[in-house]
Amino acid sequence: MNITPALWRLIFQSTLQTFQMVGLSTLFSVILGLPLGILLCVTSPLNQGGLKPKPVLNEILSRIVNILRSFPFIILIIVLFPLSRIIVGTAIGTKATIVPLSIAAAPFVARLVETSLKEVDPGVIQAAKTMGSTNRQIVFKVMLPEALPSLIAGLTLTIINLIGYSAMAGAVGGGGLGDLAIRYGYQRFRTDVLFVAVIIILVLVELIQFIGNKISANMMKRR
Amino acid sequence: MQITLKNLVRTYENVHAVEGVSLSIPSNQIFGIIGLSGAGKSTLVRLVSLLEKPDSGEVWYDDKRVDNLPEKEIILRRRRIGMIFQNFNLFSSRTAGQNVAYPMEINRYSKDRIKSRIAELMELVGLSDRIDAPISTLSGGQKQRVAIARALACEPDILFCDEATSALDPKTTQSILKLIKDIQRKMNLTVVMITHQMEVVRDACDRVAVLSDGNVVEEGLVKDIFAHPKSKVTKEFLSHLTTNNRTVTEDGMVMWSNEIAHYVLRFMPDKVDSPIISEIVKSYNVDFNIIGAGTQVVDTERFGTMVCNITGDSASVALSIQDLQHRGIIVEEVNQ
Repeated sequence: MNITPALWRLIFQSTLQTFQMVGLSTLFSVILGLPLGILLCVTSPLNQGGLKPKPVLNEILSRIVNILRSFPFIILIIVLFPLSRIIVGTAIGTKATIVPLSIAAAPFVARLVETSLKEVDPGVIQAAKTMGSTNRQIVFKVMLPEALPSLIAGLTLTIINLIGYSAMAGAVGGGGLGDLAIRYGYQRFRTDVLFVAVIIILVLVELIQFIGNKISANMMKRR
Repeated sequence: MQITLKNLVRTYENVHAVEGVSLSIPSNQIFGIIGLSGAGKSTLVRLVSLLEKPDSGEVWYDDKRVDNLPEKEIILRRRRIGMIFQNFNLFSSRTAGQNVAYPMEINRYSKDRIKSRIAELMELVGLSDRIDAPISTLSGGQKQRVAIARALACEPDILFCDEATSALDPKTTQSILKLIKDIQRKMNLTVVMITHQMEVVRDACDRVAVLSDGNVVEEGLVKDIFAHPKSKVTKEFLSHLTTNNRTVTEDGMVMWSNEIAHYVLRFMPDKVDSPIISEIVKSYNVDFNIIGAGTQVVDTERFGTMVCNITGDSASVALSIQDLQHRGIIVEEVNQ
C-alpha cells in the first residue's frame, strides 16, 4: 500500500461522486417509478386487486417496464447517451450517469411498488371501499401506508442495486468509485486503490442494508 | 332505514351467484341472512352494500333506489353504511384510535371532532384504555370491537355484519353479539347479519332469511322459523345448532326451543322400546321439558339423543337421573 495523500483525496472525491450518483438516481427513480408502480397496480385486472382495471394501458406499461428491465445496464447507458446530452448537456461524468441510472432503476422500482401494493390485504381495501373511500384515498391513505415496511425494504434493495450499477457506469467514464477502481486499479495496476474502492463499496452496501432493515423492523414492531 | 331487494340477480362464471333474491329488511331490527358457504351470501352482501352492481334487479334504501346511482353518489351513500367483517380488516398501519378516525377523515370531520368522537366510540365498545394500541396487540374480540367503533364513526343508518363472529370463540361471540344488540337499540340502526351460524341468528336476530343456491328459501321471524322450519336447508341448519358448546355431529337433531338445556340423554338403540321417561315422571314426580331430540352418531356409535331439562325438587331429580342411568341411558349434565 502506497497511497499518496493526493490519491486519498481522489478516493474521497470518488466516494462523494458515488453518493451523489446513487442519491440522485434513487430520488429520480422513485419519482418515476412510484407513480408508475401505483398505476401498474391500479390498472391491473380486478382479480389482481386493480381498483380501476384498464387492460390495454396496463399491458402497455407492463411491456415498457419489462423491456427496460431486460436491457443490460451497460448497453442502456450507451443507448441513453443522447438523452443524457439533452438533459445534462454531456454524456460523460457523474451527472450524465444519473440519467441512465434513474431510467434503469425506475422500472425496477415500479415493479417493487406494484408487488408491495398488491400484497396489501384485499379485505382491508374492501373495508376502505365500503366506508366510501375514493380510489385516490384508498391508494394514498390505505395502500401506501399499509405497504410501507415492504416499500422501505424495496427502497433498500434499489439503493444497493444502484450502488452496483453506479460502479458499472465507471466503465464508460461515469465517475465515482467504480470509475476510480477501473482507471487506477485496473488500467494502472494499482491493486491497492482497487482494494480500497471495493472495501468502501462493500461498507456502503452493508450500511444501507443495515439501516433499511432497522427501519423496516421498527415499523413492524409498532404495528 | 328499510332495505328492499327486488329480484336481484348477479351471476359469475364460476363464483357463487345470487339468482333472483327479493327481500324486505325492516327498519330498526337485526335481520339475519343465513346460508352455507356457496349459498351466495357474500355476493348478496356486496350487492346490498353497493360494492357491486347487480346484473338485474333493484336495491332500495327506504324509498330511494340506490343500485343505479352514479359512482360519486354511491361513494357518498357508502359513507353512511357501517360494515364489519370476519377478519376485522383493520388498518395495521394505524393504531386502534386512528382506525376509528379513518372514516371521519375521509368525511372531512374536523380534528377536534374526530378526537372527541374517537374517545366516545372507544368507550362505547369498552376499549377506552386501548386508543393508542397497535392493532397486533389486540385480541380477536378487541379487534372486532375496534372494527365496530370504526363502522359506527360516521353515524351510519345501516350496519352490515359479514360473518362478524365466525373467527371468534363462543364466549367472545356472545359478547360481540350483545354489543351489537345494545348498539342497535341505542342508535336505531338497521343491522343485517350475514352468517352461517344458527346460534348467531338465534341469539341476536329478530328476523331471518335462509339463503340456498342463490335463492331465499325461507324468511320470517326467528321464533317462527325455529318453531316451524319449512325448507330442508333450514332444518339442516337447526340440526347443526350448537347447544351449549355441544355441536351436533350428524343431521337429524330437531330443536324446538332455544331454552338452555341442562341434560343430554343418550339412548342405546336397544333401550328405546319401553316408555322410560313416562315411567320416571310418574315414579319421581319430576317434569321433563324436552328441548330437542334426534338420532346422532357419537364416536361412531349411533344414539337416540334427547336434550332436555328435568325439573322438580333436587332430591327427586337426582333419583330420577340415577334411575335413568340404571336403565342404561347415558345422562350427560351440561356445564353452563
